[in-house]
Parts: sequence; structure tokens; C-alpha cells
Amino acid sequence: MSFDVPDDLYYLESHEWIDPDTGRVGISDFAQDELGDVVFVELPGEGDEYDSDESFGVVESIKAVSDIYAPVSGTVTDINDDLADRPELVNEDPFGDGWLVELEFDDADLEDLLTADDYQDQIA
Amino acid sequence: MPADDATSMAQRTPPLYGRHEDRGAQFTEFGGWEMPVEFDSIQTEHAAVRESAGIFDVSHMGEIEVGGPDAELLLQRLTTNDVSQLDRGDAQYAAITDEDGVMLDDTVVYRLPESDDAEYLFVPNAGHDDQMYDRWTDYRDAHDLSATVDNVTGEYGMVAVQGPDAPDLVAARTDGSVRDLGRFEATYAEVAGVECLVANSGYTGEAGFEVVFPADGAGAVWDSLANDCQPCGLGARDTLRLEYGFLLSGQDFHAEDNPRTPLEAGIGFAVDLDTEFVGRAALQAQQETGLDEEFVGLVLDERGVPRHGYEITSEDGDTIGEVTSGTMSPTLGEPIGLGYVDADYADDGTTVDVVVRGTGKQATITEPPFIDQ
Repeated sequence: MSFDVPDDLYYLESHEWIDPDTGRVGISDFAQDELGDVVFVELPGEGDEYDSDESFGVVESIKAVSDIYAPVSGTVTDINDDLADRPELVNEDPFGDGWLVELEFDDADLEDLLTADDYQDQIA
Repeated sequence: MPADDATSMAQRTPPLYGRHEDRGAQFTEFGGWEMPVEFDSIQTEHAAVRESAGIFDVSHMGEIEVGGPDAELLLQRLTTNDVSQLDRGDAQYAAITDEDGVMLDDTVVYRLPESDDAEYLFVPNAGHDDQMYDRWTDYRDAHDLSATVDNVTGEYGMVAVQGPDAPDLVAARTDGSVRDLGRFEATYAEVAGVECLVANSGYTGEAGFEVVFPADGAGAVWDSLANDCQPCGLGARDTLRLEYGFLLSGQDFHAEDNPRTPLEAGIGFAVDLDTEFVGRAALQAQQETGLDEEFVGLVLDERGVPRHGYEITSEDGDTIGEVTSGTMSPTLGEPIGLGYVDADYADDGTTVDVVVRGTGKQATITEPPFIDQ
């Protein structure tokens, strides 16, 4: 089984990704496959602040409840409202329509994250 | 995130493990067994069983054979139902209780269609076979009964074929006599040249059969029955049984962590107080005084998923019970749960709260099955 790992994103060992240009955060293709059918996503409110590695929400599949962690410290500027009615978007398009939140963050924090190559090695 | 396959060395594996691995199954540890939890997706597997047919490897279930002149007496004393009602080829659901009436396990007792060595077979849950073997032999020896007890769990495999198309499918792979079986009746039939015990029973709420066979015939039986049939893992087995409110041993009751009598657990229909069994006096007393807590179903009216261990409160915020099982119902697309509540709150339609990560979410007590039968 091989999983998508887009080159232009940064990753956490706990399988979250962040887009350095937009600040969008989600979970990886590998993570959604491990979880199976996602049935519920609990997201923070706009304006909430999180430290890096702090849990900012929960993704629940039928079989598991998984905390999701902020890849970088930042403030939530947007959440993906579509997931309330269509949590399955996390499975169907984890790097696209299945994004979770947008964070405003400091670019310097990206240095602590995994590159696509690093993350690919981790899940190999 | 679920564990991957780096599990302990002591795991028991079903005879079909290699086939499941080849089919790309994800595995999970359950009751000391390494079992497939998901083949394709839980939703896909669940829908197949509700709409057509699915096949489950349930070889983690125990098998214990009981024979000899006192076989019936031994089973009568150690299970809550009336074993004397069983004709050859009949099966019966029962609880296994201790002196306090607390359920140690639940089981199906079969009176075998033909008797060679053993007269009866009973099926404890995964990981309970050694405990039940000891319980049966200890009781036999303490009461000088003449009965043989054999734990044959490792010698047999077991599959369940479930769904509206299951009767046609199983009939086509056998001589067809399985069609004549009533619910909870069993017969011997050949599948792919392997002699099997085929019972009209299951754990999904659908029509279907459970098939027991010698472990060395497992591959042939699976290949024959799984042809044109969705392979299903324990994930879908759990969501399917939850929609019907069926108990899961170890999760909805547990001798140490959540001791419950069969009356509290809502399976009084499997208790015959006119028979003599270990735990009978305690259950008789509970029957007379009434239940403090009852096993109920609930549907969450808000977004969220009830899970094992979540607190149930009244609308005033008083703790009144606990969720023992829950999921997002694949059939309904609604969050459903099972659990125990104070009897004052057990009536259908009562509004309660389930505490999900610190927040009360409104739920309605709803008697299972959650879906139309």
C-alpha cells in the first residue's frame, strides 16, 4: 500500500500536515487509512490559540478516537465547516477538501517539522 | 491510531490468518487473538451484511465439548437457561453466572445433531475457553459427575455468513437441507467436502448461519463460502451487533470491571429460574426486589459518538449511569450507544445526557434494535 505524501507540505510524526503557504492543517492519507471511516470531527473555534503539539480537536472513526495536534503554535483563523455534515471528506480528500483548520503562525516554527521525505520514511 | 501488526508473541491466530493477510486485512488483538478488524471499510462491510451477505471469521470463539451420562446435568448447573429443553440439533443462548448471579460470560449451547463422543458443544467468548473449561471440570469433580469436558477451541475454526442473501448462498454450497433449519437449529452438512456443523444463528440481526469445522478444513470452507460474499472484520461485527443491542462479553459486562447479572443486562429471556444452577438464588432474589439499574439503548441527539466508559447524567447533571458500547450507526448515520442507567431513567423516550470529553450531549433512551427489523 502506498500513500500520498505531497512534497509542498510539512508533517508531524503524529500524522498531521500543514501547508506553509495557507496555514491549512489536516491529517495525512496514511492517517485516514489507519483510522478507517471518519464519522465525526470536533474542531476548535476561530480565534482559539494553540501551542505546537497541543491537541486542538478530535477525529473519530467508527473504531477509534484520535486527538489531532497543532503542528506549530498559532491562532485558528478558519475551520472547515463542511466536515460537520461530511466528515467522510477526511477519508476522501485528506489533503484537499478534508482539511481541518487554518492557523496563523510564525514561519520559523516550520523548521521543527518533518519534510515530505522525512515523513515518507516514517510511514514506509 | 490503531496498533499495527507489531503485537505480542503470545497471540493466538485463527487457521485462516494467512488468507486474511493476503486479502489485505487490518488486524486487531481481541481476547488474546489476532483477528481481522477490517478488510475494506467498516461501512462497506456493514452495508453488505444489511443488504446482501458478508462472511466473518469468528474462530476466536471458544468451543468446548461435553459428553457422558451427566453432560446435561453439568450444563444445567452451570448455565442459566433450561438445557433439558434441547432436542438433538437445537441451540440455546444462555448466561454463565457465579454464586452472586454475576455473568462470567454468555454462550450458545448446542445439543449436537448426532452423538458420537460428545453430546453437547458450547461456545464461550474469545479468551474465555480456558476459564470455562476449568469451571466445568472443577464443578464436575466437586460433585462427582460423570461427564467428559474437552476444550477443542484450537481444533476448530468457525465462520458466520450473515445477511439477506446468506441462506441462498449457504444452501448453494451445501446439500440445501440447511434451508429447513429454524432459528437456533443446527445440522451437519458438507461444505467443499468438509463436514461442518451449520447452525441457523448469528450476531448481526440478519438471517444467516454460523459454521463450525475442523481447523485443517478452514481454507476450503472459507474459499467456498467467501466466494461472492464480502469478507467482514470485527469492526463491522461490532457495529452490526450494536444496532440490534446484542451484548458483547467483556465490554457490556465484565466479571471484575463491570459485574452485571443477566437480569440487569436485559437477557432475562435466557434465565430459567425453574432450573437449578449456580447463581439461581441470587437472581431469584434480584427478580423479587427489582433492578436498581437497567441495560438500555440510547441515541445521541447532538453531534458526537458515545463510547465505552462515557458517563451518563440526568438533565440536572446527576450521574445516573455509564455507556458500555457506542458507535456511529452505519445504517442510520446516527450515534447510538448501550449502557446501564438508574432504573428511574430507563423508560423509552427519557432524555438524558452523555458526557463526551467533558460536555453533556443530549440523548434519548431508545429500546434496541435501533433499526427496523
